Amino acid sequence: MLDPIKTGLASGWKHIDASTLPRGQTHEFDVVIVGTGAGGGVTADILSDAGLRVVLVEEGPLRSSTDFKMREADAYPELYQESASRKTADKAINILQGRCVGGSTTVNWTSSFRTPPEVFDFWQRQFGLRQLSAHSMSSWFAVMEHKLWVRPWDTPPNPNNQVLVVGGEKLAIPVGVIKRNVKGCWNLGYCGMGCPTNAKQSMLLTTIPAALNRGATLYTRLRAERLRFNGSRVSALDCMALQPDGIHPSGKRVQLRARHFVIAGGAIGSPALLLRSGVPDPFRLLGKRTFLHPVVISSALMPERVDAYAGAPQSIYSDHFLHQAPIDGPLGFKIETPPLHPVLFSTTLQGFGEAHARLMREFTQVNALLALLRDGFHPESRGGQVRLGSDGLPVLDYPLGDVIWEATRRALLAMAEIQFAAGARWVSPAHETAPGYASWAEARKGINELPLKPFVCRVVSAHVMGGCGMADGPQRGVVDHRGRHFWLANLSIHDGSLFPTSLGVNPQLSIYGLVARNASLLAAELSGRPSPLIP
Amino acid sequence: MIPSRRQFIKTGIAGSLLLSFCGWLNAAGARRLSNSEREMLGALCNAMLEGALPRDHEQRRQQVALTVDGIAVEVAGLPLAAQKEIGELFGLLVLAPARFMLAGVGKPWREASVAEVGEFLQSWRASRLNLLQTAYGALHDLTFGAWYARPETWDAIGYPGPPKGYF
Repeated sequence: MLDPIKTGLASGWKHIDASTLPRGQTHEFDVVIVGTGAGGGVTADILSDAGLRVVLVEEGPLRSSTDFKMREADAYPELYQESASRKTADKAINILQGRCVGGSTTVNWTSSFRTPPEVFDFWQRQFGLRQLSAHSMSSWFAVMEHKLWVRPWDTPPNPNNQVLVVGGEKLAIPVGVIKRNVKGCWNLGYCGMGCPTNAKQSMLLTTIPAALNRGATLYTRLRAERLRFNGSRVSALDCMALQPDGIHPSGKRVQLRARHFVIAGGAIGSPALLLRSGVPDPFRLLGKRTFLHPVVISSALMPERVDAYAGAPQSIYSDHFLHQAPIDGPLGFKIETPPLHPVLFSTTLQGFGEAHARLMREFTQVNALLALLRDGFHPESRGGQVRLGSDGLPVLDYPLGDVIWEATRRALLAMAEIQFAAGARWVSPAHETAPGYASWAEARKGINELPLKPFVCRVVSAHVMGGCGMADGPQRGVVDHRGRHFWLANLSIHDGSLFPTSLGVNPQLSIYGLVARNASLLAAELSGRPSPLIP
Repeated sequence: MIPSRRQFIKTGIAGSLLLSFCGWLNAAGARRLSNSEREMLGALCNAMLEGALPRDHEQRRQQVALTVDGIAVEVAGLPLAAQKEIGELFGLLVLAPARFMLAGVGKPWREASVAEVGEFLQSWRASRLNLLQTAYGALHDLTFGAWYARPETWDAIGYPGPPKGYF
């Protein structure tokens, strides 16, 4: 298997592993980009294509197909934030987020959805974002879908996803086929540990190599510490090199100066960098309205083998329960499936001792469904808040309130009904006191009586959004529709922290499209060329 | 047994005091597991992994030791703030008064039975104190994470491991 990253490095790409720096350094570029995920990758590609000298700053390591061994023990500590065990401050929600070159796009499950039209409508009404609509954004989504090979997955779904097809059919719940950003996918099922066959068209394999081929500089193991600004302009970014373990600072510092600064460190990292820097925030909006698509899970034992570790992890979805009420009514939810690997499943499965071991022995017959709750639209769903811990690193508070638990109960019921309709012999929510149920009637009664509260009911998240929300003015947003900061003229935000609500869909394509637009506008401005004709 | 509200408050205060004491003990940051921590974690693994561990005494002892090694590796991969919290938890559990008062385990860890440790785990899992619930959650995730990360454990659950060949 050819490793295009190793080939690129051999051809002379400018990659600096900051953990190896013998001393601190200062450099100047046209644009500094913090983060190499969906936002940073697209930005680096478009700005370098306009002839601008860009530098990318990544806290994680550079890893590629040669390193991707499809083993959880290696992948989680190497490729994820906090070894895949990042949590909210109260530890009630476990958050999966990438931390490596390519960010979460290196480890996501490839699900690709455009931002739904009703979400743009809500943003127009509530945040005055009249420039953004499904129509005005359609060309940008089309560009990125073309570039990243986003298309419907026409291989039959694996048995884990097939449960959603069969159960949905029995109950007249419509399901759809998920579009995936893959080229020549081998259908292995290990997307979450880094694609070993270079099929996933992540930032690691597309936009970042394109930028590096044009002479861009990539720093890894370098933590963006603080923006320096004078008046209304950012002058420099101070960074701290990490040791090879990615945890301890090495003591070496790097200062990067530039004309413009793009922050794309994800919706926990970006607000935290701005908070550490003390950027103007007179309306106290920074880090607020952070959304997670809180996810609740239902496991089932099926009569046949499911082998939920094998095959494209997410290929079928249902939006049926997003459309039962107005968007700002009781929280809707999207149903999808997670892949199951031994560590991910055993740590999510409740209980211990013989009860846990008994379920694990049936691992190959387990199906799991997940419901991601669309937070941020209901007036009482205001999300969480990123703040700084005593070590200056981000902490996320996300209170799980009544509107979340009300939706959780509906979601657990809906998933159990689908699983029994598909032939499940046993179903249990991921919940500490759920005994598991042998029939839909039993499950309906049991789930209706379950206590729903933090720690008792498992809640996880793989989609962090908001915290630097867009709006038409500084009273209700941190940046404008182009991602430009309201107070610092040469500062842009280009990642999921832009979204003023959650999305109700897996976020990668929403980030790609919006950032393609905003990076193109920025490239025109910085290079003195006309703006792109697409609005 | 449902402990009284008064008991909860007493336990909570004792727990906070002990935690702050251990926070001071562990202020130096991450370090290797001590022998007493290994004994404590071994006892937890024996209960947490009952049903997955082999019955043979010697094999079981070896598997538990490997799992404790795995826990140490996992902890070293966490951010420093989380390492400190875990260090405080471990430091607390090896103190006899805390083991007795918070975990309800009267004997030293190496003498405690699977059933006794299981009762302790269940009491924290079902506790009304968030501190103890989250501590249970951390012990649960660390133990199962360390156990099922090892390919030797996959046969028992029918997982064939990642596909091989053609790479």
